[in-house]
Amino acid sequence: MEYEVVIGLETHVQLKTKTKMFCGCGTTFGAQPNSHVCPVCLGYPGALPSMNKEAIRYTVMAGLMLGCRIAEYAKFDRKNYFYPDSAKNYQITQLDYPLCIGGGVEITGEEGEKKTIRIHHIHLEEDVGKLVHRAGASGVDYNRAGTPLMEIVSEPDMRSPDEAIAYLNALREMMIYAGVSECNLEEGNMRSDVNVSIRPKGQKEYGTKIEIKNMNTFSGIYAALQYEIERQKAALNAGQALRQETRRWDTELFETQVMRSKENADDYRYFPEPDLMPISLTQEQIATWAKDLPEAPAKRRERMIAEYGIPEYDAGVLSADRALADFFEAVAKHCGNGKLASNWVMAEVLALTAKTGVELSASALTAEMLGELLKLLESKTINGPTAKALLPELFEKGGNPADIVKERGLGQVSDTSAIEAFVDAVIEANPKVVAEIKAGKMAAMGFLVGQVMKQSKGKASPQIVQELLKKKF
Amino acid sequence: MNFEKMTIVETLQGLKAGTFTSVDVVKGLLAVMEASQATIHAYVTIDAEGALKQAAECDRMRAEGVDLPLLGVPIAIKDNMNVIGQPCTASSRILEGYKAPYDATVIAKLRAAGAIFLGRTNMDEFALGSTTQTSGFGPTENPVARGCIPGGSSGGSAAAVGGDLAICALGSDTGGSIRQPASHCGLVGVKPTYGRVSRYGVVACASSLDQVGPMTKTVEDAALLLNVISGVDPMDATCLDVPVPDYTQAWAKADVEKPLAGMTIGLPVEYYGEGIDPEVRALVEDAKQRAVALGATLKEVSLPHSDYGIPTYYICMTAEISANLARFDSVRYGMRVQCDDVIEQYKRTRAEGFGAEVKRRVLLGTFVLSSGYYDAYYNRAQKVRTLIRQDLEAAFKECDCLLSAVTPEPAWPLGVYQNDPIRNYLSDVLTVAANLSGCSAIAIPAGKTKEGKPVGVQLIGPNFGEMTLFKVAKALEIAR
Repeated sequence: MEYEVVIGLETHVQLKTKTKMFCGCGTTFGAQPNSHVCPVCLGYPGALPSMNKEAIRYTVMAGLMLGCRIAEYAKFDRKNYFYPDSAKNYQITQLDYPLCIGGGVEITGEEGEKKTIRIHHIHLEEDVGKLVHRAGASGVDYNRAGTPLMEIVSEPDMRSPDEAIAYLNALREMMIYAGVSECNLEEGNMRSDVNVSIRPKGQKEYGTKIEIKNMNTFSGIYAALQYEIERQKAALNAGQALRQETRRWDTELFETQVMRSKENADDYRYFPEPDLMPISLTQEQIATWAKDLPEAPAKRRERMIAEYGIPEYDAGVLSADRALADFFEAVAKHCGNGKLASNWVMAEVLALTAKTGVELSASALTAEMLGELLKLLESKTINGPTAKALLPELFEKGGNPADIVKERGLGQVSDTSAIEAFVDAVIEANPKVVAEIKAGKMAAMGFLVGQVMKQSKGKASPQIVQELLKKKF
Repeated sequence: MNFEKMTIVETLQGLKAGTFTSVDVVKGLLAVMEASQATIHAYVTIDAEGALKQAAECDRMRAEGVDLPLLGVPIAIKDNMNVIGQPCTASSRILEGYKAPYDATVIAKLRAAGAIFLGRTNMDEFALGSTTQTSGFGPTENPVARGCIPGGSSGGSAAAVGGDLAICALGSDTGGSIRQPASHCGLVGVKPTYGRVSRYGVVACASSLDQVGPMTKTVEDAALLLNVISGVDPMDATCLDVPVPDYTQAWAKADVEKPLAGMTIGLPVEYYGEGIDPEVRALVEDAKQRAVALGATLKEVSLPHSDYGIPTYYICMTAEISANLARFDSVRYGMRVQCDDVIEQYKRTRAEGFGAEVKRRVLLGTFVLSSGYYDAYYNRAQKVRTLIRQDLEAAFKECDCLLSAVTPEPAWPLGVYQNDPIRNYLSDVLTVAANLSGCSAIAIPAGKTKEGKPVGVQLIGPNFGEMTLFKVAKALEIAR
């Protein structure tokens, strides 16, 4: 029997607010356990939540990025369950009036076609604490308790593990782009509950759904999906019925295991949170926030290809990081040559950041400087090696490339008679090599070019040197 | 000198005139407080050391020329409000050992106004009750109607002020918990408009109903206290940014002979039906006649959904209770029955830490929120709540405020009805509407029964109608 896979994801994305969702505690990762806590996030008697407005703004920005409809009325609810990671034994979340409704994420599908994964809604909720298990005892670190999380719920539109990963990558890129989350996977900024079922090809009804909880790596999601799909296929092929259940991924055994079945599913007894007022957003407010919204990465890629004539690959690399894309565009506009700008940003600049470990934003190099440098190169005022030699200095200390070139006399020598003197001198000094070339070993020509460049202290135009040498022979 | 018999106004006068010091007042009070603990048991904690230290500081400040609205005035605090460094148990065993790491906003405001925190008054456990008999630390006796309940849940605060064991007190009112004990102990008690006073730092009973308010010997004292504790608070999203008037000015411009001239006082017909004790009825009648003599016009109005008040209240309240009390789980603070398994520890701690009434209400609340029952109970109750609010809004189009009894009967003897929750719940029948709708209300003394039991009269006003209530209350005020 041939089966179709149906996947839907509920992805928790941690917002990068400076403080928690309902109190003034910080959200820094990796702090001493229970050092970012207060009566509110510890659920002390009498403490009340007060809304972090930045979390609302970030969620709306995320919604706008994904093309959601922003709700004019939203409210918070209490989800009741007892667990030590929850300070109040209820979680403040949004049940039926979330902040963002609808929307979608475009991915490239199985057959290379463009495909939209629809978003059902995005709601805002607070994170819980972290359980720390040691031999003989368990502890709770409440530093993370109360950190704002968006839950982005997709429609069951994905048809393979690859599509699920493509969706997550696209989603991650868009959230980073919108500036609402770091989406740092190691720090647990993006965690997904994965829903997967299979159905005979052609069948309209969905199969029995399995939920795999709290997955925080993309590779883990991919492996868990592959395992789960095979497990379900094998069960159906063997004539067994699947049970709707929640499973967890065992990272050591590489298999999913049952956590609970639907029959003993929790009753969370949701009800409206009486400690918080409902949220009403005006169109003006939404429009103001929308002004800060950047172009979506996919759209930007297409525009960059068209506008600067750069290859799709380059556009992909450059647009992956919003700041890098902004930098590239500024360089390209300044020097007027998109391809040149793209080559330099991708090859030279990224190599420098990798080599020095200094982020572009932390370096002294501005887009104007690199644009100016490339302008000098374009106008043949300096040659390539000179430009390359100057870049690390600009990266470290900054400066005006035109001034530096002028001051140090680094301008390229294009005066044929001046270069010819160097050429003659080199030919005279290297009779052996000249003989080789005359004997037909043209490869030795490179040595002579290098010698001339050396004599000219790198300022001679390499093209002219080559032309002159060829003429001599 | 009997400092304990003084009002806030008298205390401030004496302190300002230098007749006595704050330390004198606190020492005098501590003596009667300690002496009454074995009988009245108004307090669960008395902070003698802290109060004396604060008093000395207040005296020093006054000597330096500092003047604050309540500088040097001692106050008793209901055991559900966090005062930094003091225990805060809400009269529950489950919070034994918990020491407040912060001040509730009302406490911070009182502190800034120079008030002194004498101690913590007994209450029904987590404010669940109307007799103070559900306290985990034993009941409180009515100091006026001896042998009877003081009312509840703010019964300790009422007994402290009514028994001259405090100058004034703070209570909290979820369904009548300030007004009913005030009535039983012959006091003034204010249930402010929901959102008038911050709830931050007040151990939640039912979040959408709770409001902190003054319990005092006079209307003027209540106005003075409300002046201090009112106002917007960034820590409480439900506390509203509405300007705070000077409530002591409510009666400033009233006519001396006819202070209520031009005012219409509504009489909700549903609040004058069966089940009201004849003596209570007579004292309320007396208040009505005095209102007329003072220039008011009486008008019958209707609150057609009144019959649904009690069931609606007990659904909304228990639902919120069930979630609000979930945090008491032994993990972070309070009592702990140590077990190897955390779920077992939850169960045993909560089984031993909570009293029977708390468990009853948590169970009820859990039930009304459960899948399959939510729509029939919780959701339906929310809709009825809106109807009850609309009833009151309509009534306030016809009158300035409403007048009724506070509670259908005077204080009953301790121990009676203790195993009859429904009987207890019904004593809230005249007070819950103000909480369900969020509007303002006040209880003031109306006189005493032949047996000498105090009886109060209730005035219900619109949202932020406290000025109107104080004006009428001041005119109707009689010696307690």
